[in-house]
Amino acid sequence: MATLTRTDVLKEAQTHYCPGCGHGITHRLVAEVINELGIRERTIGTAPVGCAVLMYDYLNCDMIECAHGRPPAVATGIKRMLPDRIVFTYQGDGDLAAIGTAETIHAANRGENITVIFVNNAIYGMTGGQMAPTTLTGMVSTTSQDGRGQHGEGPPLKVCELLSALDGVCYLERTAVSTPKDVNATKRAIKKAFQNQIDGRGFSLVEVLSMCPTDWKMSTAKAVSFVNDEMKKVFQLGVYKDTVS
Amino acid sequence: MKKIHFETHRCKGCGLCVLFCPQKNLRMSEDLNDQGHSYPEEIDPDCCTGCGLCFRMCPDVAIEVHDGDQPVKKAEKTP
Amino acid sequence: MANKILLKGNEVMSEAAIQAGCRFFAGYPITPQNEVPEYMSKRMPEVGGVFVQAESELAAINMVFGASATGTRCMTSSSSPGISLKQEGISYIAGAELPCVIANVQRGGPGLGNIRASQGDYFQAVKGGGHGDYHLIVLSPSTLPELYTLTMNAFDWADYYRNPVMILGDGILGQMAEPVEILPYEPILDLPKKDFVLDGCKGRQPRVVKTLVLKPADGLIAHNEHLQAKYKRIESELSLCEEYETADAEIFVSAFGITGRIAKGAVRLAREKGIAVGLIRPITLWPFPKEPFALAAETARQILVVEMNFGQMIEDVQLASKCACPVEFLGKGGGWYPTEEIILEKIESMAASSVSAAKGNK
Repeated sequence: MATLTRTDVLKEAQTHYCPGCGHGITHRLVAEVINELGIRERTIGTAPVGCAVLMYDYLNCDMIECAHGRPPAVATGIKRMLPDRIVFTYQGDGDLAAIGTAETIHAANRGENITVIFVNNAIYGMTGGQMAPTTLTGMVSTTSQDGRGQHGEGPPLKVCELLSALDGVCYLERTAVSTPKDVNATKRAIKKAFQNQIDGRGFSLVEVLSMCPTDWKMSTAKAVSFVNDEMKKVFQLGVYKDTVS
Repeated sequence: MKKIHFETHRCKGCGLCVLFCPQKNLRMSEDLNDQGHSYPEEIDPDCCTGCGLCFRMCPDVAIEVHDGDQPVKKAEKTP
Repeated sequence: MANKILLKGNEVMSEAAIQAGCRFFAGYPITPQNEVPEYMSKRMPEVGGVFVQAESELAAINMVFGASATGTRCMTSSSSPGISLKQEGISYIAGAELPCVIANVQRGGPGLGNIRASQGDYFQAVKGGGHGDYHLIVLSPSTLPELYTLTMNAFDWADYYRNPVMILGDGILGQMAEPVEILPYEPILDLPKKDFVLDGCKGRQPRVVKTLVLKPADGLIAHNEHLQAKYKRIESELSLCEEYETADAEIFVSAFGITGRIAKGAVRLAREKGIAVGLIRPITLWPFPKEPFALAAETARQILVVEMNFGQMIEDVQLASKCACPVEFLGKGGGWYPTEEIILEKIESMAASSVSAAKGNK
């Protein structure tokens, strides 16, 4: 078998992510895909506000740090002016599905030829564990201390389902990084999402269910189980739209 | 030749590799690395099949897996 | 024979941007600047540029942030409430030192206000608006030919200083029509190469455009000191002001934008009546032209500031004149417009009170 090691698209810097965090796995997959597609030198990535705010310290390509929620708008500005470059956003659930909902929906609806990597860990990580749009019903967070749903919070927001109603979208898939099989599926999905952009096919988004042991106040093993046993029930894995295949 | 190499100083002790090793061939060390984390150790190096699941699950790219006959080498430089 | 076209102010500004090489515009409909996105939606494709009607004003400023990072001359426009929405993005652009042009066609506020012209956003434009210690270069035209020239220059100053530039217009300028000569673009500065551009790292190290500075611990202080040094440089190099009949003036009238144009007419009428009055009309609101006021303060008996707000630029006038003489205010916000007669009446009353004060002192 081939050597499994770090690609040059991932910098040597040790990440600041917590032990067992799904960002580390997802960053590695994005880096592997960029490496395998040979697109590093024409890739421009957008960093969100959230745990991944320092993504530009980890990925070895041009990067721009955006205001919270705005990566799809910033990516639109870049991609429209440099249509032959590969432009991706990498966002958490607050960034993409709370403050950035309008930017997400409208970039998708316009069919912007960009790739969106959406890491869904059902919590606001960087700011210490507040409720996210994707926090599960009944889930306790620092701003839903009685469990989501007790005080008018509404149910969790399902991004793939929401965006699948839009004609401008090319490809939507929800995957996870909570088992090796899921990690492999995530990599395939991310590769497809970047390939779609290379082929000029339009808006592609991969939603990646991820562990957050720290803010879920769980061990890594329990966090893995939470994704597999609880999150996957609410956020069902699968392809939600694919105009290409 | 060793099939897996752990960069133990990069490990944060999350234990995903131990959790998912199909051979149940990994355990967390008694010792701590310089960041204060335990790190994975092979229980029996001969048991390792080189399947790479530990590499796939590691969030910190602290594991390198290679064919037992080949020395550890870096991935080819990306264009 | 000059080739002049009758255009609305909003269209004048848009065409000037196109002529100056603006090739990305993102905006959102809001009265009284709708002609800007409408004009750009037609004109941009004609010159191979990109127009996007964004989903909101804040999406638009973030698209401009992205486009600017590619080295493109880019612009957004809005009116007061929409400019409020853009403030976060403007702070980011200023912090990242990216060039762009932002046009505010001011309307009545606060809140939804009305759709009449006002000058209620002076503080927002000049004193901040967004968070943090930054400055926009703020330009205030009073005629459409001046709007045309200042818009073209705005792109040069933005590129030269790597700073966002705001054109602070208003609903009257935006909606009025005047014959304007469509002059070809000529740079007014030797523009530096854009070495911050994000276009893929082929042949070079990757670049990062960011405003978060966590390390070293005092890194953000150093970055801000760098920005402050740039602002000091801009203040020393850029200062535009119109002075009219100031040589022997005893009363100085100061106003900006469309109010400055009306005030100029009032000063002309006052001069016809023998009143020694002059006009100081700031054109760059930031940097604020302090010298004319410092000079005026040496001989002025009184200064009158006229604004279509409840008193904003007056504070900078008082500072610049070191409060050496009484500074009076004439104005209201919320859609009040002065006329030459209204301003003249105020000048006459100030002149009369000045005379009687002088008599009383004898």
